[in-house]
Amino acid sequence: MRLSMKTAKSFGEFTLETDFTVEGQRVGIFGTSGSGKSTLVAILAGLVAPDRGEIVLDGVTLFSSDNRINLRPEQRRIAMVFQQHCLFPHLNVRNNLLYGYKRCPAEFRAVDFDILAAVLKLDGLLDRGVTNLSGGEKQRVALGRAILANPRLLLMDEPLSALDDTLRFQIIPYLKSVSEQFGIPYLFISHSLVEMRLMTDTVLAFEGGALVGQTTSEELARKRMGQSAVGYINLLELDGMTERHGMCVYCWKGGELLLSVGNRDTVSGLFELSSKDIILFKKHPEAISARNLLHCTVIGLFESASKLGVELKCSEGTLVAEIVPEAARELGIEQGSVVYAAVKASAFRRLATNGVTRAEPPCQ
Amino acid sequence: MTPLTPADYDAIRLSLQVSIAATLLSLPFGFAVAYLITFVQFRGKVLLEVLINLPLTMPPVVVGYFLLLLLGRHGWLGSLLDEVGIRLIFTLKAAVIASAVVGFPLLVRSVRIGMEGIDPQLINASRTLGARWPDTLMTVILPLSIPGLVAGSSLMFARSLGEFGATIIVAGNIPGVTQTIPLAIYEYAASPTGESMALSLCLVSVAISVIVLFLHETMAKKAARSD
Repeated sequence: MRLSMKTAKSFGEFTLETDFTVEGQRVGIFGTSGSGKSTLVAILAGLVAPDRGEIVLDGVTLFSSDNRINLRPEQRRIAMVFQQHCLFPHLNVRNNLLYGYKRCPAEFRAVDFDILAAVLKLDGLLDRGVTNLSGGEKQRVALGRAILANPRLLLMDEPLSALDDTLRFQIIPYLKSVSEQFGIPYLFISHSLVEMRLMTDTVLAFEGGALVGQTTSEELARKRMGQSAVGYINLLELDGMTERHGMCVYCWKGGELLLSVGNRDTVSGLFELSSKDIILFKKHPEAISARNLLHCTVIGLFESASKLGVELKCSEGTLVAEIVPEAARELGIEQGSVVYAAVKASAFRRLATNGVTRAEPPCQ
Repeated sequence: MTPLTPADYDAIRLSLQVSIAATLLSLPFGFAVAYLITFVQFRGKVLLEVLINLPLTMPPVVVGYFLLLLLGRHGWLGSLLDEVGIRLIFTLKAAVIASAVVGFPLLVRSVRIGMEGIDPQLINASRTLGARWPDTLMTVILPLSIPGLVAGSSLMFARSLGEFGATIIVAGNIPGVTQTIPLAIYEYAASPTGESMALSLCLVSVAISVIVLFLHETMAKKAARSD
């Protein structure tokens, strides 16, 4: 997907100005509330006309004020997944899914209904009404409906913000896999950096109606570490954990990771760990209460606001710790330094669970 | 209470005919006007709203008088229709028109409230899924307006059943031709011996109204449950 957008749109005091060209299958639009994300989405979908400018998607001009082109929403083949599902309440699941499919010209129909319904695990729900579905089911129907319209671009406008954490991270694999499986590029809109990192490669960051950066989602998360109250969020996909003394044990090469995540049945899943919850030691501490003491090598340093991010190579994974520059000077932390990282077992937070405990031998 | 006479049965039949015809004829127009007011931005929208709601605030007799001026043989529209052999005044058609005009604001109001309750994002979803505007109108807006249409229709039907002032001016009070229940009651009430006859028709009128309003409430509750 190649999207070029140079537009301006004013609503009273607020003006959204865009001037970017972006390429890729997984693009993010990041910004806080009031940054202009929703306006941008509406402009792209053809629901709102910009005051001036030009929008070109894969060589097709969607809007051009100079050439007086403004394709109607139904002509753009840009489908949307909305924050609030927006399923048609008078239609059942099957007819919601088929709404866009029936209106898609035959030559563009590449997605098979039965396959999609199976991928999204909707095949058992097809004849049900949509009003009694759970939040996750509704969002899967909304996603399936948009995919079946065979769009050239899928706009996902904060599709996870109406869901609780558990559902959010259950839906993400569907959002990713369906788009990848059917080869449909997407623009993912969110104010969550974690979602951005899980869903996108390239990110366009907006603030107050202006584009303030075009970068990778990982780079954006690092840049914002110092300003964020939660710091940089380390995302850990951990598989094959066992249970010991009420904690989950994950075997890293050369050691083990102990997680106190409340649910001892967790054997694999996605976990988050804030950069603020990692304490660095230059020497091996004699006795500490933290259950995890990881032997790490500093592989990178980056500044963010008044903080210093320390990228650590720990066994098989990498972690980012956050310290103040003064601490780095005192400890002599630089690239290549060897440090010990202490992490409390309770500092991990489970985002999604993929399985249940299996009886397996402890770490060798 | 006195048993109903054949003329009373005629009045009941005519009342139902007028109410049903007025409601059915008004439905497409009511839907269109409600749609215009809800979804289309245009100059003079406030004026249209005022004109639509005017019969609600004016005495029905005034409405009837204006209709007489418009549809009478020397009226602007009446003279045109007269040239092609169509006479409306003092016919059942005039009673239907009078009922339609008086009940129309109630219909539009209910349909409009229903339409305003439609989430605009559903319309946006429909458009981005490839539906043209008329397609969206038929497959999203119309089905979701059904509770409003049902509510408006039943209110309008009930209002038409009770219509008196405008009807008597444009359709007269001709037994078996234009005499509806309210007009028959009026005639009985004006007669020194018609008191019990009037009461019988009043009870019939109350019964029909109760049935209509009961259906209205049932359907409104059903619509609310399906939301």
